[in-house]
Amino acid sequence: MKDDARSEMRRYAIGAVLSAALTLLAFWAVMSHGMARSTALWIVGAAALAQIVVQMRCFLHVGSSSKREDLHLILFSLVLGTLMVGGTIWIMSSLHDRMY
Amino acid sequence: MADPIFGRLDWTVTPFDDFFRDPSINEGVAAAAASAVPLGAVAVIAFLTWKGLWGPLWRDWLTSADHKKIGIMYFVLAGVMMLRGVLEGAVMRTHQVTALDGGVLSAEHFAQLFSTHGTIMIFFVATPLITGLMNYVVPLQIGARDVAFPVLNQISLGLTAAGAGLVMISLVIGKFGTGGWTMYPPYTGTTFSPGPGVDYWVWAIGISGIGSTLAGINIAVTIYKKRSPGMKFLRMPIFTWTSLCTAIMMIYAFPALTVSTAMLALDRSLDFRFFTNDLGGNMMQYANIFWMFGHPEVYIVVLPAYGVFSEIAATFSAKRIYSYNSMVIATSAIAVISFTVWLHHFFTMGQGASVNAAFGIATMIIAVPTGVKVYNWMATMFRGRVRLSVPIIYLVGFFFLFVFGGLTGVILANPTIDYQVHNSQFLVAHFHNVLIPGVLFGVLAGVHYWFPKAFGFRLHEGPARLEAYLWFGGFSLAFLPLYWLGLMGMPRRSASYDNPAFEPAMWLAVVGAAMVVGALGVAIWNFWASARDREALACPVGDPWDGRTLEWSIPSPPPEYNFYALPRVNTVDAWTVEKAVGHPYEMAPRYTDIEMPRSTAMGVVIGGASAAMGFAITWWIWWLAALSFAVIVAALIARAFVRETTRTIKAVEVEVAHRAFLREASRTPAVGRDDEIAPDNLGHARPAVPA
Repeated sequence: MKDDARSEMRRYAIGAVLSAALTLLAFWAVMSHGMARSTALWIVGAAALAQIVVQMRCFLHVGSSSKREDLHLILFSLVLGTLMVGGTIWIMSSLHDRMY
Repeated sequence: MADPIFGRLDWTVTPFDDFFRDPSINEGVAAAAASAVPLGAVAVIAFLTWKGLWGPLWRDWLTSADHKKIGIMYFVLAGVMMLRGVLEGAVMRTHQVTALDGGVLSAEHFAQLFSTHGTIMIFFVATPLITGLMNYVVPLQIGARDVAFPVLNQISLGLTAAGAGLVMISLVIGKFGTGGWTMYPPYTGTTFSPGPGVDYWVWAIGISGIGSTLAGINIAVTIYKKRSPGMKFLRMPIFTWTSLCTAIMMIYAFPALTVSTAMLALDRSLDFRFFTNDLGGNMMQYANIFWMFGHPEVYIVVLPAYGVFSEIAATFSAKRIYSYNSMVIATSAIAVISFTVWLHHFFTMGQGASVNAAFGIATMIIAVPTGVKVYNWMATMFRGRVRLSVPIIYLVGFFFLFVFGGLTGVILANPTIDYQVHNSQFLVAHFHNVLIPGVLFGVLAGVHYWFPKAFGFRLHEGPARLEAYLWFGGFSLAFLPLYWLGLMGMPRRSASYDNPAFEPAMWLAVVGAAMVVGALGVAIWNFWASARDREALACPVGDPWDGRTLEWSIPSPPPEYNFYALPRVNTVDAWTVEKAVGHPYEMAPRYTDIEMPRSTAMGVVIGGASAAMGFAITWWIWWLAALSFAVIVAALIARAFVRETTRTIKAVEVEVAHRAFLREASRTPAVGRDDEIAPDNLGHARPAVPA
């Protein structure tokens, strides 16, 4: 019981440190001058994806031993995320093309 | 420039001094509306003090974590806001009959009216109505004692009330924004709208939107985790199914709203450039993100209404819902497809034809599952023993009007037609035509249906029928002529027009608006009259309509722990089957101690601090904003240290209460459906045969 609480605590601590580090990384990429714009964008994007994984793993306790319901929710989130992000890229790039 | 203590607040921000400077009808209307808020508040405070109700209000309601009370408080909030929203609608219609080459109100005042009307009706009437309904009904239908997170539930209500409070304050202090309920930048950026109006909107919507996200999480987790033994997903009542889909949609849709309002807030308060014309901003992205929320929101508010119609179609026809499985599939399909159609709100923004075509087709497709549902409801009523009482009147009115509104939606889904009629009164007619017969009729039917469950007495049938007919007639007169006006070319949000041909239809519309105000008056009168005659209308045994689902198996009003013993479910319509072939109203084999959440002031503290924070940022009172934010954080941390969050109700106590209820049930004569609205109906139904 006590070990459980300890490992739980450690997990939260690791999660907090990692998510803070990833946030700082994104800030550093944008604020340090001299980095190419596209490089900075890729770093921010990668840090965001890593952030999702960290939060899922450390805070939401989604792991290999999770239940089916978790899988449903993650798959549904993926579907909606794809719809929203994909739709936005399609719409905004179409608008962009027609502006010039 | 801004004062360090009072920000940009000073004594010239109320509409009263404008009225003294310029006593016109326009300023008179503004000043009267502005006085209604403090006068109403003073009246409520005086009444509470006179009756000595402060203690009970605080102990039994504001600090309660009981999902039933929170649901009722959502309804009270939505009711107050609806009064204002409907009256604003009536004022706008009255203005428009005088608006041929002029009009009594100024264009700016009219713009504030349509902006607050839309904001209030969507965010502070429709959303709290359905959230309140789900809050009240879902735990009862699935056999749960409360929602999964009772304190979070209270906080959701507090945040919604904070947003509503900000909109009310804007009547008296300062002015509301004039950008319509969607507040599109760049018009709502600081360049073109420097005043506090848009900030009021941003913070009211931002705060209440977070509350709605949390409410969605709460209801979804409740349905996932708290169903009573044996209630598999495909045994849940249809209302619970629609609530589940709605709650999941809330979780995914409201964050988009939070993002768009947060970005607009950054633009306005911290000089960011997300949506400006220059320096890399792109205002089209705002429309895109906003409607990513906005379209699912339409289905968020309408799906629970579909659920209500499913329950009453079955109950008042004494028949099982026709094709349960197709109902579930249609509901889920709507929930997913509604996330693929948002672009139809801005077909004319300039994207390519193939984008428009794809979203137009998706929009037409979403009409199919809705059509399935309409046929299912009609098939449920077909050859049923239908009682033509209030909920069925709303349902039949819904069939006529909603199908019409849905069809004009399919017309608008065609981008080429949309180019002709967008931004015209045709659109105004369309969305009122789906939202009023869809959402509002559904909620009103649901109120009549579940009111006796919540309060232990029925509403008078006569006035309620009059109200239903007034809504039907008033809606038809107020909005159907607008299709015609739209096709004649009258733009929406017209403060004034120069074509005399528009005038006759505006007169029809104002008559309709008067009828709607009349319907609202009848409703208020009926609540009062029914409460006065509650002895004659009482139904303590709790099953006045021969209901089919679990909530009708418990007394009215239900005990705070809902069920004496958690019911075991092995079919759909469990209560009907129990009444027909089982043993209703029997002691449970065994009773257990019940843990219920303790009262807490978290909702009041966080709601109040959020409202103060929103107000402070609107008026640039930075010290107050920081202080309120600190209060929110401190309250959340302090709450984490509270160990005693539940209290126990002893099994013996529950057993005694159950025995008393069963004695009352066995003493009460069962009534058949012919006496449903007679005083004899004490809530003990003689079950119809066969089930």
